Amino acid sequence: MLEIRKDYFANERDDNLNVIGKGIQRQDMPGHVTGRSRYFDDHAFEGLLHLKVVRSPHHHARIRSVDVGEAERAPGVKRILRAADVPVNKNTLLSLINFGKDDEPTLAVDKVHYKGEPVVAVIAESEAAAMAARKLVRIDYEVLPAVFDVEEALKPGAPIVNETYPNNYFEYHEKFDHQKLRFGDTEKAFAAADLVIEERYQTSPIEHAPTETNGSIAAPEQDNRFVVHSCAQGLFFSLGTSAKILNIESNRLHFIGGTVGGGFGGKVDSLTEPLAILGAMLTGRPVRYVLDREEEMLYGSPRGAERVYVKDGVMRDGRIIARHVRSYFDAGAYTRLSSYAAIKCTAHLPGPYWIPNVSSDIYVSYTNRCPSTAMRGFGITAADFALEVQMDKLAHAVNMDPMEFRILNAYRDGDMKAHRRVAKNTALIECVQVAAEKARWPISESARRQSSLEGGGQRERGQIPATPIDQRGQIGRPETRSGPVTQTLPAGTMRIPLTKQPELEGSRDARPVAPNVPRYEPARPMTQPVVQAPAPLAPMPSAAPPPQPGVEPPAPPAPGVQPQHGAMRFSSVFGTRRR
Amino acid sequence: MPLDVRVATSMAEAAGILTADQRTKLLSGGTLMMRDVNEGRLLDGTLLRITDPAYRQMNTSGARIELGAGVTMAMVSNNRDLAFLHAAARSIGGPAIRQMATIGGNLFAQTPYGDFAVALLALDAQVMVQSGYGSARSMPLDEFLGARERGVSGLVAGVQFSKPQNAADFRFRKVSRVKPKGIAVMSIAAHLPNTGGRISQARVAYGAMAPTAVRARGVERALEGKALDAASIQAAKAAALEGTRPATDAIASEWYRREVLPVHLGRLLTGEGR
Amino acid sequence: MAKVPVQFRLNGSDRAAFIDAADNLLMTLRRGLNEFAPKYGCGQGTCGVCTVLIDGEPQLSCLTLAVACEGRHVETASGMAEGPNLHPLQVAFMDNFAAQCGFCTPGMLMAARALLDRNPKPSREEVIEAIAGNICRCTGYEPIINAILAAAGAGDQKRA
Repeated sequence: MLEIRKDYFANERDDNLNVIGKGIQRQDMPGHVTGRSRYFDDHAFEGLLHLKVVRSPHHHARIRSVDVGEAERAPGVKRILRAADVPVNKNTLLSLINFGKDDEPTLAVDKVHYKGEPVVAVIAESEAAAMAARKLVRIDYEVLPAVFDVEEALKPGAPIVNETYPNNYFEYHEKFDHQKLRFGDTEKAFAAADLVIEERYQTSPIEHAPTETNGSIAAPEQDNRFVVHSCAQGLFFSLGTSAKILNIESNRLHFIGGTVGGGFGGKVDSLTEPLAILGAMLTGRPVRYVLDREEEMLYGSPRGAERVYVKDGVMRDGRIIARHVRSYFDAGAYTRLSSYAAIKCTAHLPGPYWIPNVSSDIYVSYTNRCPSTAMRGFGITAADFALEVQMDKLAHAVNMDPMEFRILNAYRDGDMKAHRRVAKNTALIECVQVAAEKARWPISESARRQSSLEGGGQRERGQIPATPIDQRGQIGRPETRSGPVTQTLPAGTMRIPLTKQPELEGSRDARPVAPNVPRYEPARPMTQPVVQAPAPLAPMPSAAPPPQPGVEPPAPPAPGVQPQHGAMRFSSVFGTRRR
Repeated sequence: MPLDVRVATSMAEAAGILTADQRTKLLSGGTLMMRDVNEGRLLDGTLLRITDPAYRQMNTSGARIELGAGVTMAMVSNNRDLAFLHAAARSIGGPAIRQMATIGGNLFAQTPYGDFAVALLALDAQVMVQSGYGSARSMPLDEFLGARERGVSGLVAGVQFSKPQNAADFRFRKVSRVKPKGIAVMSIAAHLPNTGGRISQARVAYGAMAPTAVRARGVERALEGKALDAASIQAAKAAALEGTRPATDAIASEWYRREVLPVHLGRLLTGEGR
Repeated sequence: MAKVPVQFRLNGSDRAAFIDAADNLLMTLRRGLNEFAPKYGCGQGTCGVCTVLIDGEPQLSCLTLAVACEGRHVETASGMAEGPNLHPLQVAFMDNFAAQCGFCTPGMLMAARALLDRNPKPSREEVIEAIAGNICRCTGYEPIINAILAAAGAGDQKRA
């Protein structure tokens, strides 16, 4: 049964709310138990065509030639799609929020970068006809050396996986080959620590394996639009992605979805929608593109593998005084969402512990593997796996009980986190105490007496320490990976002054677009009665009333006093954004 | 040309068609062949169905058991005379698969599938193969499995084997990671006839330990003439790997299969749980 | 290639379709007869989301030749209710929250119905064995098992 400890989470739940803890019937349940819930594939279309793609058999190869002549003449084939048919054949998913460079074609152009990359699409009257014709497409490849290891990929001379990022890493803030976190002086603290322990952790890719495979059906409507039945987890994300790739106005796409046969993160990449719509545009008929199970398992993007190095400085009394994390995300051949995962990982470090000196370098590496994508807590789960195994090892090294070791190092309310935010509602200490109790794991009286509400934020626990910063890992300059400290930020520095004008969300071309975006008034406190008397009817004012003699026009609002809301918000996650 | 479907109303007709036309493939339960159709590996030629009741006939009351190749795993599971084979039949797929999957099809399943054939191998089953319109000839199962890759001409009509004198002499175990239904890490079948406390004519077979189901001849030799005791079981475990050539696949690595085979063989022989 | 006719009973009604000879039953139900309750999940007999009853026995429609169903009775989850009255299994699935994404539900219901039709009072182990061929990737097996046991209990009360 759910229990909320109001002593630790005072503001987390309104006691007038009473839904949690009760069974409430889902509105889609009657459809599920009668077999009538409509998933993307549960729609009948007259004249439905079926699309299958020809995939690269190689991890990395140059395409010398493509011959689709025989496939085009095969029985039942209506249309072959090639790279040149795709209007905007380069995209990156997060371009919709202006993050990262377009790096992935819908159909491969002159090279394939992973085994399974789509090269040609065949549209036919039946799945069997499409599969038969697919075997008739002749592609001549020149196989190239491939790289599969995240650290090998970053070495000078490694095969170039992704030409958009020729150094095989995602480029952060137009400056660094990794995402940085600096808080205090980890190097100095390691020198002062009683023990320094560094370990390497490696996770594997995980396929989401939803029972419903990725797919979509697109069909022309009578109003010059296309209806798209999609499995997408983010329906409008997929709509925007498709509109961009097809170079059409988004209001010509009518996406229907939301009933998804399992996604778990594996249905955010728009793997099928753009080609299905393109097929419908070029044939004038409904086109269905569904991955088969083997494609789903091998080429539907997985959770990416991660390699994490954790280096900790710890004192004999059990206090962790420094933590450095260096980690490598295996993006596979294209970015998709890995760039975001690395930011989430950085935001999560050093885990739920107060450590006075923290630094991290988080890399996104490109390898000749299937591109990886979102999956429950991506960016966080692998880091937590590494950190918690590391915590056990540290506890062992200082001869402490692992539960008590966590209680000793846990965040307390009021502590300054490595991201220069104050920790609130931490309660990890209490969670460990309860877990120990439930598991009948003996912990000391002193550990039982600890509280997350006491002692947090005191003295250095509440301060931002002096922090050396560096220019290590500059883009395209592997020799700078071990550069010197260039500057020390004085204690209390909240943020590094930006050299660039921060962009506003929604901006394009690196210019602020504030005048064009709607402004929202802040919600006023309800001191006035909400219901106001209607104003008497008055003639509609003309668009720009001429200034009346003797009456001053109202002064324009002073710059800088507008509420910084909604579209004006500067993203703390992404920092400066660029196209 | 897309796939065509033909129906044979008699076993002889089916045998004739299959012998004459290599592009015609017999569709028995469909659990293997339809996958190839669905995934585009089998795109042309002819699928042959058999509606002859003889294809699904079972003679189980006597000492010599005859099962038509079209007998399903569910039919085996529901037959009381075949209680000693229930564990093997129930190890195949879930209930729906068992309604469909046939004994004949199982003889063609590629490793790591084909667990029922492992049981049949330990029972020294004979495969009845009918070529052309003539009568069926019988062929030992190990010989059949060895010849399988070269292509079997004709119709696999059924299997025959002697019923174990004592049901407890026959043991079967499938090792899988997912329970109750999972693909085999390996399967092991053993027929250990016991006369006067001594094992004679031991037959032990493995699945997923080689490209086809194989005999464990080292184990058979180690047990022959011995009582089933700690010493003979230890000797059997020591000889467990003889003749094995396991593969690395999505279920297990070759190394893992070799490592755990003696353990599972030992448990089968001592009758321990998993 | 010429289409071939196939005719069978679907949830009690005679239905016919013209299909390609090697079309499987799942494709025929979904694309030929607009019967969308059975789903496509793997095409290889691994997941069970296409499970239907053929003459009362659970089978995988993706591995069944449609022409082999000539004259037989095919039942799906959409035929379980009698008019507005849901089948006890459907009610039990609702009451026990035995669906998340819902994609495995039609196949689960068929597997469960095949079990209860033959064994109205199954043990928990028998329930687990009966749905062993049906994958729920939301991993909601516990509520599904509880729902099937509850439906068996409800049937018991009805008879009593």
